[in-house]
Order: sequence, then structure tokens, then C-alpha cells
Amino acid sequence: MLGRRGSLWFLAIPPYLWLLLLFVLPLGAVVAISLLPGSGRINFSAGWPSTNQYQQVLETAAYLRRLGISAVMAFAVAASATVLAYPIAYFLAFRARGRATVFLILLLIPFASSYLLRVMAWKLLLGSEGAINWVLTSISLIHEPSALLVYSQAAVVITLIYVWIPFAALPIYAALQRIDRAHLEAAADLGAGPWTRFGRITVPMSLPGAVATFFMVFIPTVGEYVTPSLVGGTGGIMYGNLIQDFFTRGGNWPLGSALAVVMLLAVLALVLIALRLVDLRRVAV
Amino acid sequence: MTARVGARRPRSSTGVGRTRVPLGPVYALMIAFLYLPIAVLFVFSFSTNTTLKFPIESLTADWYGAIFKNEQLLTAARNSLIVGSLAATVATALGLACSIVVVRFRFSGRGLLLALAGAPLVVPFVVMAIALFLVFNLLDVPRSMFTIAAGHSIIALPYATLILLTRLLGLDPALEDAAMDLGASYPATLRRVVVPLLGASLLSAWLTCFIVSFDEVAMAVFLAGGDQTFPVFLYGQLRFAQTLPVMIAMAVLLMLGTVTLTLVAFAIRSRDR
Repeated sequence: MLGRRGSLWFLAIPPYLWLLLLFVLPLGAVVAISLLPGSGRINFSAGWPSTNQYQQVLETAAYLRRLGISAVMAFAVAASATVLAYPIAYFLAFRARGRATVFLILLLIPFASSYLLRVMAWKLLLGSEGAINWVLTSISLIHEPSALLVYSQAAVVITLIYVWIPFAALPIYAALQRIDRAHLEAAADLGAGPWTRFGRITVPMSLPGAVATFFMVFIPTVGEYVTPSLVGGTGGIMYGNLIQDFFTRGGNWPLGSALAVVMLLAVLALVLIALRLVDLRRVAV
Repeated sequence: MTARVGARRPRSSTGVGRTRVPLGPVYALMIAFLYLPIAVLFVFSFSTNTTLKFPIESLTADWYGAIFKNEQLLTAARNSLIVGSLAATVATALGLACSIVVVRFRFSGRGLLLALAGAPLVVPFVVMAIALFLVFNLLDVPRSMFTIAAGHSIIALPYATLILLTRLLGLDPALEDAAMDLGASYPATLRRVVVPLLGASLLSAWLTCFIVSFDEVAMAVFLAGGDQTFPVFLYGQLRFAQTLPVMIAMAVLLMLGTVTLTLVAFAIRSRDR
């Protein structure tokens, strides 16, 4: 008969092994490949480790510029999605009362819809033969359909904000739900008006949830390559497209790996800063 | 906005006055904004237009019929079901083990395991995708449905662990102690007490993981090899205008499926609270 302690190893070893094999080892492989000296055949004996790839990344302004642009785009997406999702979550938590479940389900349906489908929907809306141009030309606001709406950084940002809003609303809703209503009642008894209570109780108490939401949107967005390739055109490509290119068409794995490591380190630095700002144990969903 | 003494204010759920910001209409506007593009696409799936073009000329249900004549499309949808089921099963089983170990045991590797199980959340998918792509290449593992499922099991693990961990924290450990006092071994206690008590949460975790996998494209593109899942196939076909209406019809059909699954998972989780 297996004792409780014996069961511990029986339970702990499979997830440990799985994560080592399919998470730690692959990320280690990216680091190892990024330290290869050249772009040729993978050969760890000659000149490994080398910082050639990283030097190339640092010397090529276009790569770092693209990382900066992607970070700004991801910031815009994550900040907008969080800010736009906040009133939705607030409404669900404080105003919807008995119908909260119905309103929450209304939000879950777009959340569960196919991501590619939602991106395509925006292409359909923004395209030069799309719905927005059709409406604008039919009401004679513009005379010629504009091709400016799609295939731009703006199109990528708008599409991604749209994609992330339902996802962002859920953790903020959970954070607002956990606020003890007694705090608000006590503040009201002490003479605080609604805006004071909102500014000094609701916002600070939901801030950890909002910050966590921001990062849960920012991290996948900064590494996006699918949405930019569909609605971004050449101007809207992101850092993720560079990485993807080196592994598909470009065929330069070491350089692509170095670019990936640079992004991963940047993201991890941001996460560590965020962890210092908010106590994550308070935002468990 | 200053509060006048004696002014009548609408009452909120807290029983105290609230601001006059019309949040109901704001919510309605946001919902309209979220549904409009999906509705446009839904309408488009019944349009005779073959390109993404407005206005719509006339309506047809032919695209839905064409789904069942497209062999590749059906295979991709089947692959997605297999990959999603495999990934969800592995992630839920490992998430169950992780959450039991983290909640019920004290040992030196505990913090590390929890950190590792949550870490995939902070790695951008493109990095995870090339990382697994490299490892499968270096180890000569041919890319297939199984490599996609393996990758998806890693990104789904944080969700499974979180859902099960939250539920397990709410279970009284005394129930397990009682079972063991009555002579059950620890594995028997897990099998006959803990797993049944977690039951609905396990299903909710499985469905959540399934949906994460079913909709994922950025990693699947790198790990698919010849076995395309539906999102990979859709992503590849989006460049070809002539197949677009069928793709959209299929995506609308599958969306109805994932929406149903999400609602089931949600219903289970809210019942558990």
C-alpha cells in the first residue's frame, strides 16, 4: 500500500517531468541555439558559446525599433482593453444585480468565439470593400473607398483591443466581486460621496486585478504575429513576425532564437516589476 | 459631482447611493461593439459574395453545404477535436496532480512546481512555439497532431491548475483524514473522496483547456507538420479569397460548439462557488 509520502512523489514527478521536457528544455534549447556563432548547420563544438547573434541584434537598429514599436502597440492594446473592460466589469459587479449571470453570459459568447474569426471580422469591416467604407461612401462622407483603414498598425491595434476586451473583463469582474461591500457602506456612513468611494476604495482594491489583466493582455500581444500578418500589411508587422520569419522563410535559427531570448527577457523584467507592484496572491481568479 | 443633502440617489447593490453614470447604456454599447463584427461575419456566411465585399448581393446556405464536400476541411476539424481532447486530458491530469501536491503537501520543491506550472502564462506564444519547434527538430521528433497536443498541454496547464487549486482550497481536508482514519490508503482516498468531490471542477478545467487548444493557432502553425488543425488550416486559407466563404461558415459552426462548451464550463464553475 502506497503511503501518503509515497503518493507525493507519484503525484509530483509526472508534472515535473512534463514541464522539464516540454517547457524548461525547449526554452533552454532556444538559449543554446542563440549562442551559436553562425547561421549554418547546428554544431555545438565550434565556437560555442558565442555572443555573435546578440551583437547582431544590438547592432541592427531595425530589430530593436520593431521591439519598441511592438511594446508600444502591446501597451496601447493592453491599456485600452483594460480601461474599456473596467466599466463592463463594474456594471456586472455592482449594477446588474439579479441579471448579472445573463449579462456575464452575453460577454462569454464573444470570448468563446474563434480568435481568427474575430480578426477576419475586422478585416471585413476595415477593408477597402468592407462595411465601414461602404457605410462611409453611401452616406457620402467619403467619395472613394479608403484603403487606409486596413493594413496598418492602427488596424492591428484596433483588432487586438476588440479581441481582448471580453477576456480582460473577466479577471477585473472577479476582483470587483471580492471587494467587501461593508467597506463601501462604512465609507458612505462616514459621509463619502459615490465618487470618493469609487476613487478611494473601489479603484485601489481592484487595482491588483486590473494590473494582472493588463499583463495577461500585454504578454501575448507583444509576441503576436498572426494578427499583424492578417491585418497589419507591411507597416503593421510586429517583433513576433521577425522571429517567425527567421524560422520559416529566413531560415536563420540562431538569430531568431536570440531575438526570442531578448523578448523573453524583456517580458520577464516587466513581470518582475509588476510582481513588486501588486501582490499576486490577491488576484487569484 | 457634489452630493446635495437629501438628494435622492439611485440605490446600488451595496445599499448606498451611487453616481449617476449611466453604466447600463455603456454596457449595452460595449456589448453591441463586441457583437457587431461577429454578426457581420455571420451574415456574410449566408452571402453569395465570394470575397469580403459589401454590400451583400443575395443570401444562400450553400457554403454550409460545401463544408461537407471539403475533405481537407473535415480532416482539419477532426484533428482539432483530437488535439484538443489530448491536450485537455493531459493538462487536466497534470493540473490535478499539481494542485493536490501544492495544496495538501509541504515539501521543498513545492514553490518551484507552482511557479513552473504557472510560468507558461508569461511566455509569449511565439517564443514557446519556436522553442518546441527547435526541440522537436533537435530530437528528430516528427511533427504531428501529437506535437501540437504536447505544446497545447503546456499552455493549458496554468488554467487547469488554477481552476482545480481554487476548488481544492475550498475542500475540507478533514474529509480526507476521515477516509484515511477509516482505513483507506492515500491513493484510494484520492480516487474515492477527492476526485469525486472535484468532479465538476475537473470537467470545467477540461473544457477550459480544450477551448484554449481548439482556438490556438500561433503555436500550432509551427508544430503541425502535415496534421493541420482547423485554425492552422483556416490561417493558411485566409489568403485565398475563393475558399473564404466556406471557411467562415465552418468557423461559425465550430464557434457554436465552443460557445456551448464555454457556457457549460461557466455553469459548472458558478455552481461550485
